[in-house]
Amino acid sequence: MNNPYFDLLMFARGPLFDLALLVFVAGILIRIVEILVLGRKKDFSKAKGKPVQQGIKTIFTRTLPRPGAIKANPITIVGGYVFHIGFFIAFLLFVPHIALIEALTGLSWPGVGRVIIESATVIAVIAGLALLYTRWKDPVRRKLTTWVDYLVLILSLLPLITGYVAVNKLFGDPTFMMALHILSVDILMIVFPFTKLMHAFTFAMARYYNGSIQGRKGAES
Amino acid sequence: MSATAERGVNALREQIDAPVASFFSSCVSCGLCADACIFFQETQDPQYTPIRKVELLRRVWENEYTLFGRVKSMLGLGNTITEEDFTEMERLVYDSCTMCGRCTMVCPVGNDITMMIRKMREGMSAAGHAPVELIGAAKRHTKGNSPMGDLSKAIQSQVKHAIADTGIDIEFDKAGVDYLVILSAQEIAEYPEVIGAMAQIFAKAGVTWTISSEAFEATNVGVQIGNRDVAKYLVTRVVEAAEKLGVKKVISPECGHAYQALRWEGPNLIGREYGFEVVHIIELLDQLRAEGKLKTSGKDTDKITFHDPCQINRRGGINKEPRRLLNMVAENFVETDDAGTMNWCCSAGGGVGANERAGDLKNAAFQLKKRQFEKVAPDKIVTMCAFCHHTLENALEDNDMDIEVAGLTEMMAEYLDDED
Ligand code: SF4
Ligand code: SF4
Ligand code: SF4
Repeated sequence: MNNPYFDLLMFARGPLFDLALLVFVAGILIRIVEILVLGRKKDFSKAKGKPVQQGIKTIFTRTLPRPGAIKANPITIVGGYVFHIGFFIAFLLFVPHIALIEALTGLSWPGVGRVIIESATVIAVIAGLALLYTRWKDPVRRKLTTWVDYLVLILSLLPLITGYVAVNKLFGDPTFMMALHILSVDILMIVFPFTKLMHAFTFAMARYYNGSIQGRKGAES
Repeated sequence: MSATAERGVNALREQIDAPVASFFSSCVSCGLCADACIFFQETQDPQYTPIRKVELLRRVWENEYTLFGRVKSMLGLGNTITEEDFTEMERLVYDSCTMCGRCTMVCPVGNDITMMIRKMREGMSAAGHAPVELIGAAKRHTKGNSPMGDLSKAIQSQVKHAIADTGIDIEFDKAGVDYLVILSAQEIAEYPEVIGAMAQIFAKAGVTWTISSEAFEATNVGVQIGNRDVAKYLVTRVVEAAEKLGVKKVISPECGHAYQALRWEGPNLIGREYGFEVVHIIELLDQLRAEGKLKTSGKDTDKITFHDPCQINRRGGINKEPRRLLNMVAENFVETDDAGTMNWCCSAGGGVGANERAGDLKNAAFQLKKRQFEKVAPDKIVTMCAFCHHTLENALEDNDMDIEVAGLTEMMAEYLDDED
């Protein structure tokens, strides 16, 4: 009880976590409502295909790249997949995370073993660093990327890195590392609604609209 | 902000809807859209990354339609748009985009970037930053009857020629027929053979049709320039003529953007459903084929490849139809790489061809097509858009490539079965 970092840990998982969760949930809701209230005009053209069905289908099919795309942008595409998959394995299948989610929502599911979690974490971090590298190196991406984008990518890696360090007690005081881990998650949740992290929710809308616009014309999407 | 820039921003504001907001919210700056774009492919210049071409639309959205952006604007930290911004964007929005739609197909989060470029052009033209050639074409078309000037005499004489050549009567403004044929200016001026070709095919198939002396031209420069008022005015002409004649269907010609304008944008421009259906000529020919009303005999032995017009295939959904038709008449049909939905654009659509300033960029972009054609080494390239036809013909000549270009409708007529 006399660990000097205990208070920090309690703060990070107590009041700060509650605040972060509030900003996260309310922010995302505002952002989504903000988009939906704009609506879209009724389309008077006579549909040739099936807009709604193709819209829904595109939410899933657009997950796969077109032939040739991987060859042109290997780091971005492969790195992108690996990072996302690794991140979600570490986030959603780690038993203590599931316990936390259950406490918050009442929902729970089976987790996987430590080896899988840790490998996923390491691989996701490597993929994230590769994404950072290609953002910096590739002229197209470099020109598109703002400092917030770099920050967001780094902030997304921090929970993975600090979590790994804390769980394996690699270095530093374990309580302190755990406090850092939770702090990094708090920060990620707070910046989420204000940055491109929003794509995690709005991509489904974007893909739906794309598919429905093309689908109306009977064109592929 | 200058008065013109303000007009531009107002026009951009009107373009923002839920899809646009979802697209900008989702963009992860991955840059994958760049490789889809013929202008980036052939120049490797990052400024041609598709999503960059809609930057002003994005800023209006961020400043005015996001909570965070509104707070920033209130604090005077917003990213306001100036006259210079419009000037700077002009070449990106018009010279380096044919609205070919490839970027829309590859974006991993699903952004329809092409649709946003179409919207972006509304703002550019309202701010007075559209290319002069397109403005000129819009004036000619709204005052007269085609973007190339007055073609009413030309259409009359081309129809007379077609009657003389085929021995089939073609009547203007004939009420009670099923179909209204409209042509593109390019066809009337450069490829009028298509009129006789349709006459022959329709006579065999028992299709009743007419041409309107008031609205015989289907292109719509309003769509290319990004001016809803012009676009609406031009489409209204066709709609009124078709509804006055009481036809069941209007046949959209072998012209990519005319098809977009007439079938997909038109009803939204006039704000109601049409009293008729729009069908593309190639769709109709394929339907006649399926019904056994279009029969051919003999085949072309040349090595033939097909160029998919972006607006008709990728953005129009007509993909298998031309291939089924071509296979009826071509013995040696070979596809180029990426043929079909992901075909590369001819390099001059969307107003680029008319835009003199864009000439060098257009030639650079064509090199991609050139390599693709060289790989197949065809004797003939068949297409279904008169503007693609025109562009390919000129570009092939400029590049010393001796390949014939032909329209699909004409080709079908050439092999029409003479037996009764
Ligand atoms: S491909 Fe899509 S997400 Fe990636 S930069 Fe282009 S628009 Fe943005
Ligand atoms: S529509 Fe075609 S030409 Fe225009 S930006 Fe997209 S890929 Fe490039
Ligand atoms: S002219 Fe043809 S190939 Fe070129 S953009 Fe238009 S439809 Fe596409």
